[in-house]
Amino acid sequence: MDKQGEAYWKATLGLLTKILAVWFIVSFGAGILFADMLNGIHLGGYPLGFWFAQQGSMYIFVALIFYYAKKMDQIDRKFDVHEE
Amino acid sequence: MDLQTTIYLVVGLSFALYIGIAIWARAGSTSEFYVAGGGVGPRINGMATAADWMSAASFISMAGLISNMGYGGGLFLMGWTGGYVLLALLLAPYLRKFGKFTVPQFIGDRYYSQTASTVAVLCLLVASLTYIIGQMTGVGVAFSRFLGVSNETGIYVGMGIVFTYAVFGGMKGITYTQVAQYVVLIFAYTIPAIFISMQLTGNPIPQLGLGSSLTGQDISLLQKLDQVVVDLGFGQYTTTTAGSTLNMFVYTLSLMIGTAGLPHVIMRFFTVPSVHAARLSAGWALVFIAILYTTAPAVAAMAKTNLIRTLTPGVVMQNADPYAAESQIKYDERPDWMKRWEVTGLLKFEDKNADGRIQYYNDKSKSEEFKAKAEAAGWKGNELSVNADIIVLANPEIALLPNWVIALVAAGGLAAALSTAAGLLLAISSAISHDLVKGVFKPNISEKGELMAGKIAMACSIVVAGYLGLNPPGFAAGTVALAFGIAASSLFPAIMMGIFSKKMNKEGAIAGMLAGLTITLFYVFAHKGLFFIKGTDYLPLIGGPNSFFGITPEAFGAVGAMVNFIVAFVVDKFTKEPPEHIQHLVESVRTPRGAKAVDGRHA
Repeated sequence: MDKQGEAYWKATLGLLTKILAVWFIVSFGAGILFADMLNGIHLGGYPLGFWFAQQGSMYIFVALIFYYAKKMDQIDRKFDVHEE
Repeated sequence: MDLQTTIYLVVGLSFALYIGIAIWARAGSTSEFYVAGGGVGPRINGMATAADWMSAASFISMAGLISNMGYGGGLFLMGWTGGYVLLALLLAPYLRKFGKFTVPQFIGDRYYSQTASTVAVLCLLVASLTYIIGQMTGVGVAFSRFLGVSNETGIYVGMGIVFTYAVFGGMKGITYTQVAQYVVLIFAYTIPAIFISMQLTGNPIPQLGLGSSLTGQDISLLQKLDQVVVDLGFGQYTTTTAGSTLNMFVYTLSLMIGTAGLPHVIMRFFTVPSVHAARLSAGWALVFIAILYTTAPAVAAMAKTNLIRTLTPGVVMQNADPYAAESQIKYDERPDWMKRWEVTGLLKFEDKNADGRIQYYNDKSKSEEFKAKAEAAGWKGNELSVNADIIVLANPEIALLPNWVIALVAAGGLAAALSTAAGLLLAISSAISHDLVKGVFKPNISEKGELMAGKIAMACSIVVAGYLGLNPPGFAAGTVALAFGIAASSLFPAIMMGIFSKKMNKEGAIAGMLAGLTITLFYVFAHKGLFFIKGTDYLPLIGGPNSFFGITPEAFGAVGAMVNFIVAFVVDKFTKEPPEHIQHLVESVRTPRGAKAVDGRHA
């Protein structure tokens, strides 16, 4: 792979790592491992840990995918590998 | 109009619509048959993916399970949506760039090996068939309940309808039919939820209603529900976990990886015109799925509240004493919906203490305090058993909603089961006709011949699935979880390594897939019997149920996937690197430029 290609792949992996970190923190972190702790805090009538497990993580997942699609478009253009 | 006539009318109209669409969108070429000619936009594709994905399990049973499990039921919600993040980031765009019809084709080309492709076909067939049997059973149950026919007749009717539009329409027909099915099922799910949320909390949006206060009280719905269920000896609704924290963690992970590895879902991303569209399409699919999935926990908690409110009317709204005799309704004065469901046998009452009233509580509670109270009240055991699968279907009846809403829910349940069955059949038929017949046995087959082979394979799988649905080998609930476990432990790691590791070779991938599949099946069969045949389980051999750190067989797919990764890396270290041109292939898959329409030729 040429230099340009390697840099593109590195940028892609960097983005994936960031997004997957958030993915992990909201579901496995806030929704499962730290749910008990977060339940002390309330969001309206929702205990926060319960909210992450049954509502919040899903909203964040949707946002993550659109954020990813947008960022990847930018990366594609920056390294000039986008589709015509 | 009476309830039964309304149901016939609404279900009949929805079916006429699906079949009409299938005829209008008949497939003419293999490309149209498998991937709809690669010309489906991201939003339409996302909607079809959502209908494909949300099966009878999501529509009918998920909210019921959450209703019983409480907080722990969140594992289904996070697991079945979080998988789309993995799919969008790790697989979909790259497989679209690769530009072939099927998952085994990718594995065969990337691992330069017919054997790898054949192993992938095997994994795909096992996963899809186990999944579809559950769907056909679901189709049968739903038809028999709503059309008032026997279970067998229900399955035959379902087989006929799936056959009609899957065989004649192919992917192009299925895609547009699924869009129509999505619209039907999402209205069917949300409309009753909106009504019920209004009744209980005054907030028309169920997602907000679940976090609101009960009408006329200054206590939140969830807090009240927590109190009420604890009073009846159940675990607190908002904190009861699924088994253990570890089990919930692994279970969620299995469902996520399984979602990303299920071939009929992956296939959907071959139908979009570009890599860019593949990324967006995963996002849209999740939007359409999340509309139902974020409503489900509200349906679950509100159904539980309504059920308790029906059985002990003063307890939820007026703080009556749940242990006082007059709090529980008399059996003779029970509402009509209970009578209707008693006929199906899914709701049962047994007057254990012969007082003519219904006591509904957890008689297996370990709390001494609660046991003392129950005894003092003269309760002799739980008297009402409610099958979790009726919660969603009965929900509009419990809330006394109009007939057309109940009929709509019937049509929605059938749409969910049929659309998933059709998508799975397409994955099976393409694996057989394209990867086995064209790839292995008869490479020179004409496009027409291949199309015919695909249709024959589909017809055969419908018959097999229908037969197994008629004679279920003693499993239904475990089936769906197993399909996820298999996809998670076999296909997902092989595809992911094929994209993210240039050096992974065929020996590693094949060994990994076989190891993951074998160990998962071994653990599952230990609990459920060899090939699910009752009485052939071998639990003592593995040291009792859930012997692996308390992990249930449904949650084992993630462990299988880890085994797959580890075995693949070890074998890869001791065998030869993949050839130069494969490493170039991986490089080209990683960049979007040059993505062209999907075609069927082998490289």
